[in-house]
Amino acid sequence: MLSRLVLRAAPAALRALPPPPVAVGVLHATRQLHTTQQSLAPLPPLPEKGGEVRHGLIPEEFFQFLYPKTGVTGPYMLGTGLVLYLLSKEIYVINHETVAAACILSVIIYGVKKFGPDVAAFADKLNEEKIAKALAVKNEAIDTLQTAIDEEKKEQWRVEGRTYLFDAKRNNVAMLLEANYRERLMMVYNEVKKRLDYQVAMQTLKRQKEQDHMIQWVEKNVVQSITPQQQKESIAKCILDLKALSKGAHATL
Amino acid sequence: LPAAVLLKDMKLMDVKLGQLPSWVAMRDFTPGGIVGAFRRGYDRYYNKYINVKKGGLGGISMVLAGYVVLSYIWSYSHIKHDRRRKYH
Repeated sequence: MLSRLVLRAAPAALRALPPPPVAVGVLHATRQLHTTQQSLAPLPPLPEKGGEVRHGLIPEEFFQFLYPKTGVTGPYMLGTGLVLYLLSKEIYVINHETVAAACILSVIIYGVKKFGPDVAAFADKLNEEKIAKALAVKNEAIDTLQTAIDEEKKEQWRVEGRTYLFDAKRNNVAMLLEANYRERLMMVYNEVKKRLDYQVAMQTLKRQKEQDHMIQWVEKNVVQSITPQQQKESIAKCILDLKALSKGAHATL
Repeated sequence: LPAAVLLKDMKLMDVKLGQLPSWVAMRDFTPGGIVGAFRRGYDRYYNKYINVKKGGLGGISMVLAGYVVLSYIWSYSHIKHDRRRKYH
């Protein structure tokens, strides 16, 4: 029935689609996709119960079909009449097979009436287990995907902190540059100081040397200028002075 | 006034009795059509009575009853000899 519906609706749906563009190679963006109402997913759920069947043999639609004209007992009257006709005209022949069929049918009906509900419950339980397993798989898949989504969001949040990381790195680099600059400044200062000290030391040394040299030269010249004659006169003078002094000291005593 | 539906597209229950021969003549009798008809019938029966959550006994019992009736019809010429009366 569903397939017939699809077959009926397919031409109408195909006519409803706009005609494809001339350039068939270029498929994207111009042709509308999925414009029909029918779509295969999600599937509609299975119907709960099958079609009604009365006495296990005759569909309920038959009784509904005859109800307006003959009421409730109509189909049963029809059934009785048919059976009598078949028996009387011996279209249905009563022979050994009838007895066998009667026994088999009675056993079947007894079995169905007695064990029917149990078997039905067992089959339902099997179905429930199948559905529960499928549902568990689905839920598990959903949970894993959800955790994957959360992880991804956290990663995105972490990426936002990248700016801070780069700021810190930039600060580090600036500090390194500053430290290097100051180091070199210090080195320059030290070198210049060394050179200036050298110059100062040179000058003091030169002056000292000049002083020493001059003193030596003056002493040498003075010593040279003291002739022997002068030496004798100075010694005699000293002796006279000493005598005078000794006289004076001797007098005071 | 409902839109006029083509005769061959109408369902069997909507066909009037007088139109029945022409309706039957318009059906698709190619091999593909016959196979399609069997497939449609099978799908209809299957989806109505068997492909449900709580299927009942009626689903297979109707098929078995149909098989019983059909096999009785096929072996009637053989069963005719067990009749009790010759003239009815």
